Amino acid sequence: MTDRKTKLAVWKFASCDGCQLSLLDCEDELLAVAGAVEIAFFPEATRAKVRGPYDISLVEGSITTEHDAERIKTIRKQSKFLVTIGACATAGGIQALRNYANVDDYISIVYATPAYIDTLSKSTPIADHVFVDYALRGCPVNKYQLVEVLNAYLHARKPNIASYSVCVECKRRGVSCVMVAHGTPCLGPVTQAGCGALCPAYNRGCYGCFGPMETPNTAALSAQWQEMGQTEPELVRAFRGFNAYAEAFRKESEAHEHADH
Amino acid sequence: MSTQTIKVDYLARVEGEGGLFVKIKDDWVTDVKLKIFEPPRFFEGFLRGRSFTEAPDITARICGICPIAYQMSSVHAMEQAIGVKVDGQLRALRRLIYCGEWIESHVLHVYMLHAPDFLGYPDAIAMAADYPEVVKNGLRLKKIGNHLVTVVGGREIHPINVRVGGFYRVPTKRELQVLVDDLKWGRDTSIEMVRFTAGLPFPEFERDYEYVALRHPDEYPYNEGRLVSNKGLDIDISAFDQTFVEEHVEHSTALQSMIRERNAYFVGPLARYNLNYDKLPPIVQQVAREVGVDGPVNNPFKSIIVRSLETLFAYDEALRIIEAYEPPEKPSVAIEPRAGTGYGCTEAPRGILYHRYTIDDEGIILDAHIAPPTAQNQRTIEHDLRYFVQEALDLPKDQLTWQCEQAIRNYDPCISCSVHSLRLEIERE
Repeated sequence: MTDRKTKLAVWKFASCDGCQLSLLDCEDELLAVAGAVEIAFFPEATRAKVRGPYDISLVEGSITTEHDAERIKTIRKQSKFLVTIGACATAGGIQALRNYANVDDYISIVYATPAYIDTLSKSTPIADHVFVDYALRGCPVNKYQLVEVLNAYLHARKPNIASYSVCVECKRRGVSCVMVAHGTPCLGPVTQAGCGALCPAYNRGCYGCFGPMETPNTAALSAQWQEMGQTEPELVRAFRGFNAYAEAFRKESEAHEHADH
Repeated sequence: MSTQTIKVDYLARVEGEGGLFVKIKDDWVTDVKLKIFEPPRFFEGFLRGRSFTEAPDITARICGICPIAYQMSSVHAMEQAIGVKVDGQLRALRRLIYCGEWIESHVLHVYMLHAPDFLGYPDAIAMAADYPEVVKNGLRLKKIGNHLVTVVGGREIHPINVRVGGFYRVPTKRELQVLVDDLKWGRDTSIEMVRFTAGLPFPEFERDYEYVALRHPDEYPYNEGRLVSNKGLDIDISAFDQTFVEEHVEHSTALQSMIRERNAYFVGPLARYNLNYDKLPPIVQQVAREVGVDGPVNNPFKSIIVRSLETLFAYDEALRIIEAYEPPEKPSVAIEPRAGTGYGCTEAPRGILYHRYTIDDEGIILDAHIAPPTAQNQRTIEHDLRYFVQEALDLPKDQLTWQCEQAIRNYDPCISCSVHSLRLEIERE
């Protein structure tokens, strides 16, 4: 590395702004981050703009328009290291529920003049369009994991982020299993850690914000849920949440949609 | 004949994607468009077929800055649909978490998005070089608001603890007590925030607006009240759809709202403040008098002062709620689905956020409708710009463009919300 500061850019596609807000929510670290990198493009925070190329691009949001499908390619060309932040960028987000429906129906529900609306039939993750160097999960991302990714990049090492399940975090936090102890359906056994087992700690089942863990056994979990009395439509809805289009959750939801009972 | 356009392709320091287009012909502003090109996400489409219990978590994802507002409007609507009332300490806890969101959102806007305009900086980080204490205090004020949301809600963005009927788990008395010292610091410091913002230079700009906000008989509004205006509107929230109309215009993926047979209206801190000043506690009224904004405020640039006063109010209200807090026996009331329609309207940091749902006997959503505050303000913002640019035509283009952006940021527009958007273009002919 030279003494030139790392140039950071933050980009937005279809999303709620929450993941990039996580960067501004690093109240204790923000001025330190701003000291360590050059914030070259971050419209939510600054009207100043520095031209590319950029060393690191954080990309929030999913691809839902033709224009955005082109824009991400331009961003990729200008970026040395591209990180997707959050469930929208990494898996298509909650708006990927359109992928299971006819988007024209949705347009006519919301808009009086459908001709004004330009949209693709599917909401897709960034990695379906360009090569992604690192994918940070979460709806929203965990801000400490976000700082860890930046820190790892600045020190040329791999981010220390686990791909095991929420169950591990529950055990570590000393939370009793909400499925075993209270009979509450929980996606924790198939969901990647990162939130700190937040929902079980608040007496509710995990709803899958961080998407599928590495090699999840979704079928076994579904069987367990069914033993607890959950119906097929409930299973479909559970897997079709904020990571509905992540492969493992998509396949499991489809298995229950087409099941005959 | 000369034509000039002012264009901002991608507005900065707003939440979401939008731009501005202004067309000037022979020294007259002939067209103003607040362009909203945030891609549509179709929440009202995919909410159909989901369970009524899922609405608070799903609609929170419309906006990462004000998820509590979406959770509150949706739980109130669903509770009305199934005939359940949440009262006592559970109601107080909902107010408490809303206090946290107002603090976090207002402080973010005042210090990081809006104040740099008044002082001529591109952003708060550049501003921090010259105003280190101001920015540091701002960051701490924001952090305390976020912490309050985290303690009650589990995390600051998309909290997990809010549900139809109440909460999954309620905080212990001690979990809230430990916040008191920070909240007291925040209350004191937000008085400084009011004084700081009141000392900023303000353009002379006033218009005759119709302000719309909730009004409650006993309190400054968060979750409940009637919808009132300074021009005679006084309705139950269930009359929202008969009173306001939405229009779909070509340059916006957000639907623009109007009062039926009248025109644009104004929601947000200025509207709340002008309509509910008498409900503010003495500490807020006293500081307002000190800085000379105790009467109606009709200059939208001064919304930054009102946001600071509401931050002071939210700190004070949070302390009052914690003082009186006794953990309720149960974290939520029992909920059973039944067919019906319910309405929710609460005061998001940016103004009234309206939800309407129709559900069936199983609690499955048949129809959903959401009117976010920025979409309701979009037409008022365009009108502001039309007047503002007309008066400021002699300014150099760079400066005029920046001031137009500042005028838009008066509304703290949340474009992600309004599309469930900004770019500036000025064209001179």
